[in-house]
Amino acid sequence: MTLSMTYREAIRAALRDALQSDPRVFLMGEDVGRYGGAFACSKGLLEEFGSERIRDTPLSESAFVGAGIGAALGGMRPIVEIMTVNFSLLALDQIVNNAATLRHMSGGQFSVPLVVRMATGGGRRVAAQHSNSLECWYAHVPGIKVLAPATVQDARFMLAAALREPDPVFLFEHIMLYPEHGEVDPNAAAADPFRAALRRAGKDVSLITYGGSLKKTLLAADKLAPLGIEAEVLDLRSLRPLDTAAIVQSVSKTHRAVVVDEGWRTGSLAAEISAQIMEGAFFDLDAPVARVCAAETPIPYAGHLEDAALPQTDTIVRTVAEMMQHHA
Amino acid sequence: MNAERSPLPPEPRPLAPGAALRLMLLIRRFEEKCAELYSAGKIHGFLHLCIGEEAIAAGVLPLLEPGDAVVSTYREHGHALARGVPAGSVLAEMYGKANGCSRGRGGSMHLFDATRRFLGGNAIVGGGLPLAVGLALADQMQGQPHLTACFFGDGAVAEGEFHESLNLAALWKLPVLLVCENNFYAMGTHIHRHQAQPDIARKADGYGIPAAVVDGMDLKAVEAAAQHAIAAVRSGQGPFLLEARTYRFRAHSMYDPELYRHKAEVEEWKKRDPVALFTAQLRAEQRLTDADREALEASVAEEVAAAVAFAEAGPWEPLADLLKDVHTVEAL
Repeated sequence: MTLSMTYREAIRAALRDALQSDPRVFLMGEDVGRYGGAFACSKGLLEEFGSERIRDTPLSESAFVGAGIGAALGGMRPIVEIMTVNFSLLALDQIVNNAATLRHMSGGQFSVPLVVRMATGGGRRVAAQHSNSLECWYAHVPGIKVLAPATVQDARFMLAAALREPDPVFLFEHIMLYPEHGEVDPNAAAADPFRAALRRAGKDVSLITYGGSLKKTLLAADKLAPLGIEAEVLDLRSLRPLDTAAIVQSVSKTHRAVVVDEGWRTGSLAAEISAQIMEGAFFDLDAPVARVCAAETPIPYAGHLEDAALPQTDTIVRTVAEMMQHHA
Repeated sequence: MNAERSPLPPEPRPLAPGAALRLMLLIRRFEEKCAELYSAGKIHGFLHLCIGEEAIAAGVLPLLEPGDAVVSTYREHGHALARGVPAGSVLAEMYGKANGCSRGRGGSMHLFDATRRFLGGNAIVGGGLPLAVGLALADQMQGQPHLTACFFGDGAVAEGEFHESLNLAALWKLPVLLVCENNFYAMGTHIHRHQAQPDIARKADGYGIPAAVVDGMDLKAVEAAAQHAIAAVRSGQGPFLLEARTYRFRAHSMYDPELYRHKAEVEEWKKRDPVALFTAQLRAEQRLTDADREALEASVAEEVAAAVAFAEAGPWEPLADLLKDVHTVEAL
């Protein structure tokens, strides 16, 4: 039997589970307590678990992320919420120079079992400083793992999987997903978070995506069907490690690939995935790999400009249709 | 998570005078050997010596309990030795050998020893402060009586992480012993050229943190100040900032041509050499004979020689292990 809930409720249920099942777990971040979380993910948890374990922090990203690393070194299982990826840049030193390195640099003596959650992405008309999709930067760094729950099911169960990891795991929650409704199947709670999921099977083209772009990509596949194009949709779920085998397997079957990624095209995850396809499925390709990414501009405020800057269902449909026309 | 606090550790006690002098001598002779080995091409990369600053490591760290945590800087050979990390494993780490205390992954700036809760060796100025806050938070939440000692230099107080960390530690009343080793230079920039308010201890006041300034060249003074500071932190009232004013006699690193300071300034500070100063104090009190001092030197020379032999004999990590420990393989 499945349960219906929103993405936000799924995260809240996951947080509650984690706090109930392990006394070492605590949540720390800006406005996670009395305010209930900037996106209301932790609403009610302060009352349930108290201010020791639902810990409001000052606006000190570097200190509270670093403190999360230190607390993890000290035997706790902290969940640090950074309000959005935009503010995580203030903690990059702690993330890249400490969280990612300490295990290696100490010759394996110390592990950092830290989970960091943050919102990412655009679409809310909040302009450049609140609309970045920088998960690609984190996925660049050895020593950390990066997950992008795109469905309510993954929002519900990826956190527990992240907490089982002995090393730092970063969860990127797309800002437009919080109010989305979906079904949760408790029987599928144990799914390996580091494996990509086939969200729709098809034989003509592989649409490879993650996070906030999944819904747009599935809609594009719906629109392509009446045109006689059967698109396969692969949800990466994990951005580091990437499920290269699943990517290559899908492309080897469909012979065409379009990568949909809300990051900027230059130096993007889409670029990495394209390279992996070239390395692993070059001789299976019937068309050059195409990418639908954010336009090379800071994300603008005005709605029509922002929409044009971000990957959209119509752009995906058009890209696939052109590919099929030229490389049938 | 554990409301019941374990019993408090005993009052901090400094080393016996002979042992304290030996520790300072060990740090001095060990680092002199490191400089020699660097010139001989045995040690590579950055090498930051703490010669001149030994009284701080020797005056603070022996007063800590085994369960306390220590977070240090890239100038941390003295801290590691004073915490009891064996000289051989420290030197082997500088060689890059597999028997080094970080298995050759860290080098001089990243000495780690889990058995002594020695958490490095952080080469980003100020980067260790948030870690110390987190370690202290973990101990507080688990009801442990431990404190975390965090060493940093005067350069670190210009970093945002210093201010963020002091605020957080004070806000949550965390047991952090903040030890600022003020050697007056942020690499080559004198404190009067990098701080609008060069009186570092006064910055603690802005966060409601008690602080003290101590002559970092005087071992007895450092010990007394550390006793007071440690007792204050253990009382549960939150962090304490101890500013120890000191001087590094050597260059910032082996690459530094020291164009930014006059030799006369260095010579002036050398008159207050902490090893010579403490030796003179003990002699004046008739607690140290020439024979005692010679015996200490001989014992230290033996330990340093053994460390060199340990490092020389150590194996290299196999290339097959290049990617080892990027992630944890075994379950925690």
